[in-house]
Amino acid sequence: MRREGSAFQGLGVVMLKELSDHLTSIRMRVLEWLVVLVALAALYGAIQQIKDTTAEDPFLFLRLFTTSREPLPSFVSFISFLVPLMAIGLGFDAVNGEYNRRTLSRILAQPIYRDALLFGKFLAGLVTLAISLITLWLLVVGLGLLLIGVPPGVEEIGRSFLFLLVTIIYAGVWLALALLFSILFRSAATAALVTLGLWLFVTFIWPVLAGAVAQIVAPPDPRYVALGLPTPATTQVEQILARLSPSTLFAEVVVALLDPTTRSLGPIYLSQLQGAVLGAPLPLGESVLIAWPQAVGMIASAILLFVIGYVIFQRQEVRA
Amino acid sequence: MSEEVVIEAKGLTKKYGRAVAVDDVSFSVGRGEIFGVLGPNGAGKTTTILMLLGLTDISGGEVRVLGFNPARQPLSVKRRAGYLPDTVGFYDHLSAADNLRYTARLIGFRPVEREQRIAEALDRVGLFQLAEKRVGTFSHGMRQRLGLAEILMKGAQVAILDEPTSGLDPQATAELLQIIRGFKADGVSVLLSSHLLERVQSVCDRVALFSAGRIALMGSVADLGREVLGGGYVVDIEADGAGLAERLALIPGVSGVEKTGIGKLRLHAERDVRPDAAAEVVAMQGRLKYLGVQEPSLDAIYTRYFATRPEEEMAMKEGTRHAA
Repeated sequence: MRREGSAFQGLGVVMLKELSDHLTSIRMRVLEWLVVLVALAALYGAIQQIKDTTAEDPFLFLRLFTTSREPLPSFVSFISFLVPLMAIGLGFDAVNGEYNRRTLSRILAQPIYRDALLFGKFLAGLVTLAISLITLWLLVVGLGLLLIGVPPGVEEIGRSFLFLLVTIIYAGVWLALALLFSILFRSAATAALVTLGLWLFVTFIWPVLAGAVAQIVAPPDPRYVALGLPTPATTQVEQILARLSPSTLFAEVVVALLDPTTRSLGPIYLSQLQGAVLGAPLPLGESVLIAWPQAVGMIASAILLFVIGYVIFQRQEVRA
Repeated sequence: MSEEVVIEAKGLTKKYGRAVAVDDVSFSVGRGEIFGVLGPNGAGKTTTILMLLGLTDISGGEVRVLGFNPARQPLSVKRRAGYLPDTVGFYDHLSAADNLRYTARLIGFRPVEREQRIAEALDRVGLFQLAEKRVGTFSHGMRQRLGLAEILMKGAQVAILDEPTSGLDPQATAELLQIIRGFKADGVSVLLSSHLLERVQSVCDRVALFSAGRIALMGSVADLGREVLGGGYVVDIEADGAGLAERLALIPGVSGVEKTGIGKLRLHAERDVRPDAAAEVVAMQGRLKYLGVQEPSLDAIYTRYFATRPEEEMAMKEGTRHAA
């Protein structure tokens, strides 16, 4: 049986309202300052390091993103911390906030479907994150140009732009997760804590745990151990498990995009290296091919998380 | 009541798992009628309202709001019906007018029409001066009025109000009830729920008393008073005169006379017998010092109904439900 009218009626209105709320909120002020400080800190470290060490590098510009100088992490590591925090900060009270303000039933009594409300909130969060990230990217690229004085090539611009896109997708994954928990938990504080807890688990604990679990699932072959080599089966299981975490996926995509010499994201067999010039960069298209499955995985997990939230939200009672 | 039926529910039922929140409820509301859904908390009032608006699934039975089925045509229903939830919330960081603007955009009004409707609606609820104030600074009563302004702005043909007066002081309640009477004057049907019986008694044309998910009693307050209290009017008289009590007992419609003090009498009657009583006192050349009437109160009806016939309750419910 078909529903009457469009599911997206009122979507634009909801999105614009949420976007204006985000952009005028104190949270956004904090995010903006974080963005500026992160850009400055990461650039400072990177440029010091680049000036000291790399005189000739065909991809000098990309080094801006990946180079670090102790004790500061590189721009990419900064981003992989900052983006989930930003997304969770924007999404953790999206739906339960409406319950707690007792506005939900009033808004849903207007001629719109719940679809429009949820999707509008997701889009508004994503646009807000995209604005922050684009600003950050432009800051880094601009300051990098000024401070290094070497103009980037077309390929470098292309690679760093793809990195920006992937970062926005990664933000979408965490936003969808935050939105899901804001539907599941009535208390915004609980939702925020659970989402942050999951982020910590997935980003810091899971990679370690994946190794341990792999040892149990596929015990290392003593012959490889005797040679001091990792067992291929164990490594494979470990990688499959680690890739359940969006953080791992993001890290792999970033490596493939920003380091053109990356030839594979998994183990490489000697036979595959025959005829290869080690350390030679791959063309952009090849790098994209390497990163493609991971990127698709991130998009898929964002959609999956959103759909789970959507289904739960549709079945939820509106009474506070 | 009215020729045109605006809300019609037949055998409406809502189950949460095994628990039955609303059990086979039938009623109808006519155009321009104020219909009170009364009963204690947890009697199924809010659930019934949410089903009328298509905000929760219906387990059984049928509803039509303005001829539309809320389960199948929720947008048509929600475009024409206004809803004031129990302790309505607004976005505190936005002004009163901005809150209404958001709703108006969701409904899809054009900018010029939108501003005009918002100004008119705020004016009618007495919030025009505060249109640009943040709702965060508003009192509970002002929020409720803003909620009514939203319904006015929408141009709703049906206003569904859930506990509109709960938690309000007497003056704010009076103001709110005045606005609700204004709905009726515009030909807007009103369905309001409340657990405070005496407050809403004055505005309702008809009421349905809910109890444990069922309608226990339905009708106008006067009808219910007659049915349950066997009359319901209580007339207090303070007058001199020997044998007055006996004379007053003979007035048609008086079912009992009791002495409440020296020279004070209380008459139980099925109608307002004040003119007859006054005439009797004067005819006996007595001196009339006080004459007052207590109309049948919903409180009394409700208390009496559930106090006197707990075991007949089920049978009685069957009867009244079909009398709808």
